[in-house]
Amino acid sequence: MAVVNTATHGDHAHEVHDDHHDNFITKYIFSTDHKMIGKQFLVTGIFWALIGGFLSILFRLQLGFPEMDMSFLRPILGGWITETGELDQNFYLALVTMHGTIMVFFVLTAGLSGTFSNFLIPLQIGARDMASGFMNMLSYWFFFVSGLIMFASLFLEKGPAGGGWVVYPPLSALEQAIPGSGMGMTLWLIAMVFFIASTLLGGINYITTIINMRTKGMTFARLPLTIWSFFLTAVIGLLSFPVLFAAALLLVFDRSFGTSFYLADIYIGGEALPHTGGSPVLYQHLFWFLGHPEVYIVLLPALGITSEVIATNSRKPIFGYKAMIISMLGITILSFVVWAHHMFVSGMNPFLGSVFMFLTLIIAVPSAVKVFNYLTTLWRGNLIFTPAMLFSIGLVSFFISGGLTGIFLGNSAIDIQLHDTYFVVAHFHLVMGSASFFGLMAGVYHWFPKMFGRMMDSKLGYIHFWLTFIGVYMVFFPMHYIGIAGFPRRYYSWTNFDFANMYTDLNMFVSIAAIVTFAAQFIFLFNFFYSMYKGRKAPHNPWRSNTLEWTTPINPGHGNWPGEIPSVYRWPYDYSKPGSAADFIPQTVPLSATPESNLPHEEELVKLEKQIMAEEGQVLVANESNK
Amino acid sequence: MYGFLIVLGLLLLVSVIWMVYRVQTLVSVMKGSEKKIASGSNKVNAAMFMVFLILSFILMAWYSVKEFDNYQLPIASEHGQITDNLFWITMAVTGFIFILTHILLFWFPYKYQYEENKRAAYYPDNNKLEIIWTLVPALVLTVLVISGWRAWKDITSPAPENAHVIELLGYQFAWDIRYAGQDNQLGRHDFRLTNATNSRGVDFTDENALDDFESNRVVIPKGEPVLFRIRARDVLHSVFAPHMRLKMDAVPGMPTRFWFTPTKTTAEMREETGNPEFEYEIACTEVCGSGHFSMRRVIEVVTPEEYQQWLAEQKPFIVQNPDLVANLPADKKKVAEIMIEENK
Ligand code: HEM
Ligand SMILES: [Cu+2]
Ligand SMILES: [Cu+2]
Repeated sequence: MAVVNTATHGDHAHEVHDDHHDNFITKYIFSTDHKMIGKQFLVTGIFWALIGGFLSILFRLQLGFPEMDMSFLRPILGGWITETGELDQNFYLALVTMHGTIMVFFVLTAGLSGTFSNFLIPLQIGARDMASGFMNMLSYWFFFVSGLIMFASLFLEKGPAGGGWVVYPPLSALEQAIPGSGMGMTLWLIAMVFFIASTLLGGINYITTIINMRTKGMTFARLPLTIWSFFLTAVIGLLSFPVLFAAALLLVFDRSFGTSFYLADIYIGGEALPHTGGSPVLYQHLFWFLGHPEVYIVLLPALGITSEVIATNSRKPIFGYKAMIISMLGITILSFVVWAHHMFVSGMNPFLGSVFMFLTLIIAVPSAVKVFNYLTTLWRGNLIFTPAMLFSIGLVSFFISGGLTGIFLGNSAIDIQLHDTYFVVAHFHLVMGSASFFGLMAGVYHWFPKMFGRMMDSKLGYIHFWLTFIGVYMVFFPMHYIGIAGFPRRYYSWTNFDFANMYTDLNMFVSIAAIVTFAAQFIFLFNFFYSMYKGRKAPHNPWRSNTLEWTTPINPGHGNWPGEIPSVYRWPYDYSKPGSAADFIPQTVPLSATPESNLPHEEELVKLEKQIMAEEGQVLVANESNK
Repeated sequence: MYGFLIVLGLLLLVSVIWMVYRVQTLVSVMKGSEKKIASGSNKVNAAMFMVFLILSFILMAWYSVKEFDNYQLPIASEHGQITDNLFWITMAVTGFIFILTHILLFWFPYKYQYEENKRAAYYPDNNKLEIIWTLVPALVLTVLVISGWRAWKDITSPAPENAHVIELLGYQFAWDIRYAGQDNQLGRHDFRLTNATNSRGVDFTDENALDDFESNRVVIPKGEPVLFRIRARDVLHSVFAPHMRLKMDAVPGMPTRFWFTPTKTTAEMREETGNPEFEYEIACTEVCGSGHFSMRRVIEVVTPEEYQQWLAEQKPFIVQNPDLVANLPADKKKVAEIMIEENK
């Protein structure tokens, strides 16, 4: 592809692109254009979010209204509603499992990274497309196939996988143990293999593109924080997803070929199985070696998006750009050495527990730094509350609330009581689920004009935000109380236990809040699809932002910039710079053009800049004469 | 019928959204606020953050105080006292940070909301600040970790010699309880020996097994160390005794353990909670299948005297069911039979 040499500034690749006429299939389906692929990921992600959300409403009905007659769901759920109008117990577990899998992998990994890494990386670093458009297309279609398989598993007679989203063996290995561990689990594993392939294809592309295809002047120290976060996310994914693949593969062997990697000494269904010597704890180590980094795969892009949105709408540089990068680097590295904090009471050696407790609490430090930096960015800003800005502030709030409870859980002595209770559910839904979801929303509201050339309606955005923000807290905050009281996770009902036979009112409240919050998402859906066709036409740079994507045409074609790719002369956060008349200076404005606002060290750079521009001129002239 | 109603409801919802949308677009076109950088909504949103801050704090404080006795389960073990202390210390530290950061997070939007002729401060970095707020959390966390680590080390240290040994075997969907008997030593087990009469797979060729007995509740003495030896027969389970602040997974093929010292008898706890039906309970906290939510057992904490008395009344497996030793080699069988005689 001619696209590869974009770094050399003046190539004519775009003209080549404009020549071939896209038909429907190459434009909307098997597209290799990063923008279209990003949108494909987004729309698919939204589809999955609706499915995942709907499943959670089903089990919230069960938890909030245990007495309710659910016969009215029979048209949808068929045999999963028993004769007496109750939800089937195995199906309850299947719902929880599918909800977790869908949300973590399909919505917050593919839907978030897939959308914004694809859409923004070339636009913000100044490239015409991804390093390999074809691999990028494959990445989407592997994800699509993965989704099809997972979706099909929802309709199996014995139900989809039901061992929790972590699918711990032996439960997930033995069909005798739970019906979902039959065909449902097989499809789960196949779907995950496709998903892992998709993530790796995408990740390799993101990394290569960021390293090799930045436009002239776009040094790493001038990359927007979004790009930094996508970059580190891809690195984490590339290193950790193969381990999940290994874990899944061994599980396949145990399930289908009689090996004993994870199985030992099992007596079930009236017979002793032949397996000996395996270890279920081994699976947990492998799973969480992906699982913990995965939570940062989900969160980092959201943090990157937020940094960008908050800086732009505060009309201030992000505070501590370098510190932000260093903390993300720190998180990246540390995220690989804390996995066993999910296993304090798994029976592993308590000494390991001590080690992982120390490592885990170290990771809280860079997280804290990020929070303080966000706060300082808001401080003395000139804040404009676009819906994206609101969602970003919401994200910071969730990141704080959920991050702080991590400090309890990371302390192994305290975790003895809290592990696998609703406290953990509250923790990760706030810090990972809701925070990342808000990052996704912030991104959609912020870059919608670039995606579709139209504006979303901001009033509906405000209503959507406030309902969702309050709703999320109403759903997840009460879970802390429930968790401290010791309510275990993944329980169909709590009435069997005296200690947990309370809080029926609170659980009902949570369920109602969940339904309202889910309903509020339809405001977003309406806004999204309606604005796509009928929204107000977007101006060129609606948020008066500095980054490169706003220098493209309102509806960028293949290749993104019709002419040459612009060069970059400064970092992306020159907002409200003293001396400058406008309150933002795009990255494409040379320092030499803004002597009034340059800082002392930038004056030094001006000389260098002039020199480079002179050389440029010579090259250009040479090129012209070569024609 | 329901389906129809749901569809109708959805249609209604969409049309309401659409109407709100149209009305407010027309209004904003009239006002010309589209052209402004920040419309009147900016003020509303800024104010909303303050409203949210204040109302949600009031709600949180009110509920946390009102419900304290409900969510704070009474503690009934020695180490539970320590871990709960750690919990509340951590709560104080994080609660302070939670409140402080949220006041800033919601007050700044109000204070620094957009004004047309104002300009944001250009304040890109300050290394001193960064260092301070790296070091301070690091120090605070170090203190928390070290105290947590010391507690963890004690809790997970080997059980005292004199701990009463009790085996909990998780299976779908209940716990089997086995006592070590007079010798306080559990007999060996082998999953291949499991059958209808020997559900724990106890190996009766091991003499330690001869005095082992079963119980349908966990009876333990107050003030004396107790060691749970935990196993699973089919899939993962997890022993959770909330009042004892105790949790440990049950893993097939890998026995685990947890020791603790109960501090209050069931009777005392009944008095303390004013609930004459109070029982200490064991639940399962590792998803294990459809009956996961129903794996209940009761722990009965009694005085040491009552415990000794209870112990003396229990009959070993082999006394209850002499068939268990019917197929043992002759010499072992002899020992077993003497044992049965003695315990008749
Ligand atoms: C302040 C830093 C954090 C610390 C110290 C921390 C600590 C922990 C610990 C110890 C657990 C295990 C709890 C248990 O199962 O008993 C846990 C669970 C979890 N954490 Fe965090 N966490 C932190 C931040 C995060 C972040 C930023 C995310 C996501 C972006 C996250 C996502 C999760 C998830 C998904 C789980 C539960 C997984 C499951 O059991 O299904 N945590 N956290
Ligand atoms: Cu983790
Ligand atoms: Cu269970």
